[in-house]
Amino acid sequence: MIKLEKVSKIFGTGVAGLSDINLLIDKGEFVFLVGHTGSGKTTLLRLLIRETLPSEGTIMIGDLDIVTLPQQKIPHLRKKIGVVFQDLKLLMDRTIFENVILPLEIIGFKREEAAKRVEELLEQVDILEHKDKFPVQLSGGELQRAAIARALTLSPDILLADEPTGNLDSKTAFDIVELLSKINQNGTTVIMATHNLDLLKKYSKNRIIALEKGKVIRDQKHAKEDHTEKKAEEKQQETKEQPKKEPEAKLEKTEKKGEKK
Amino acid sequence: MALSYRTMWHHVRRSPYQALAAIFIMALTFLTVSIFTFLILGSQKVIGFFETKPQVTAFFKDDAKQADINSLEQQLQQTGKVSNLKYVSKDQALQIYKEQNKNDPLLLELVTADILPASLEVSTYNIDDLSPIASSLKNVTFVQEVVYQKDVVTTLAAWTDAMRKMGIALIIILACVSIFIMTTIISIKVANKKDEIEVMRLIGATNWYISLPFMYEGMFYGVVGAFIGWIIASGGLLYATPFLETFLKGIPLLPIPPLFYVELLCFELLLAILLGVVSSLLAVRRYLQK
Repeated sequence: MIKLEKVSKIFGTGVAGLSDINLLIDKGEFVFLVGHTGSGKTTLLRLLIRETLPSEGTIMIGDLDIVTLPQQKIPHLRKKIGVVFQDLKLLMDRTIFENVILPLEIIGFKREEAAKRVEELLEQVDILEHKDKFPVQLSGGELQRAAIARALTLSPDILLADEPTGNLDSKTAFDIVELLSKINQNGTTVIMATHNLDLLKKYSKNRIIALEKGKVIRDQKHAKEDHTEKKAEEKQQETKEQPKKEPEAKLEKTEKKGEKK
Repeated sequence: MALSYRTMWHHVRRSPYQALAAIFIMALTFLTVSIFTFLILGSQKVIGFFETKPQVTAFFKDDAKQADINSLEQQLQQTGKVSNLKYVSKDQALQIYKEQNKNDPLLLELVTADILPASLEVSTYNIDDLSPIASSLKNVTFVQEVVYQKDVVTTLAAWTDAMRKMGIALIIILACVSIFIMTTIISIKVANKKDEIEVMRLIGATNWYISLPFMYEGMFYGVVGAFIGWIIASGGLLYATPFLETFLKGIPLLPIPPLFYVELLCFELLLAILLGVVSSLLAVRRYLQK
């Protein structure tokens, strides 16, 4: 569903943000993108919504080629991908309800139906009672939930969450990841960038892609695949070697018998 | 659509002084447009009036004999150049004078038929024939004075032409100033909303969706400004109509039909919408290109 081939991003300053990234993320996966600050997690997410273009390589999301996508088709792409931004990007002069309804207003959804959808979402992320409050009146965790609700408004196929647990205490952070897991169970592909390694212990079954200095240094799913592939190869080699070894052994035996005689 | 209106209204309400500045410059532009429209169209009508009037009028001396006048009329008809001849006797002249000054008893008391000269109004098919006819009339012994309207028309035409050029230049300058000021004002608002615009773009808003409230805002300033400018100019003209009617006695120019005011308003509103849209597009384009 998401395919990156030989993707590199070199910034104007000459610094390489990403180098030779090859990734394949299937529909419905929950992927953790881990790495230190500056490892390229945010750059990778920004590439996926065409906020920036790669210096090299191709990026496919479904059948959309992100690199060659015409300017006027970008809004179409962004409606398919929900994003929880690192700095949330909630509009401070609008209430939580107004923030969450914004994507629906953009596509010209009927006000009443949109309001109903927003209330459902706010209930899902458990902040319905705060719908008429302004962002400054909410806690960090509640703001994250509001941002998640806004990202889900258009029922996107993919949800990108950039450090959604960044400034949260561990309990709230687990709650947020739990919420993202539920969203993933409903069929949405979730890519979550984080540097919180404690979270990964609990979610070790999920695919974890580790980035360092713009390169993929570990891809858990691929590691598993590599491991099984190696085993299979070894087995195959053993079975190939077996018929050769038996005649050799027989020959050796007859030679030994002859010597005795 | 309703949301864009709401957003536009927020923009206007949250910075009332900027809104006032934009409306003021638009009102000034459209006041100028209205005034010059009245002046240019009015003076064209005055020229038209003079052009259709008998272009040469010969005023006879008091001792001119009717027989001489009749023979002069025949001579003029025989040239074949004259389209119309109208003899106005002293009594007819008094009637015309009375009709023109019926509201001013003082002027009526002062004048009798004796002091008004009889006259002959001569129109020609071709305007170029007026000059030789005027010259020949001047040489007739019983003619006291010849009034040649061509001079009046030429002078008026020159004035109108100058006024039209000046008006168009002034309107272009003011329209440019309006666009610059409105673009600046809307740019300030766009800059204030930079973060909001960025968020909207990232969550899939099209450029059109982002621009629409700003375009409505530009149109709002334009329409309100045009309406104010039109009200001032039209109100001023209606107020001055009685005075101008006395001043332009005999010229069927005033009062201006109400339909003309409505047509002018419609034209100005269209122009205002255009100016508003151009200004806001110039302001928003810079941010959307990033």
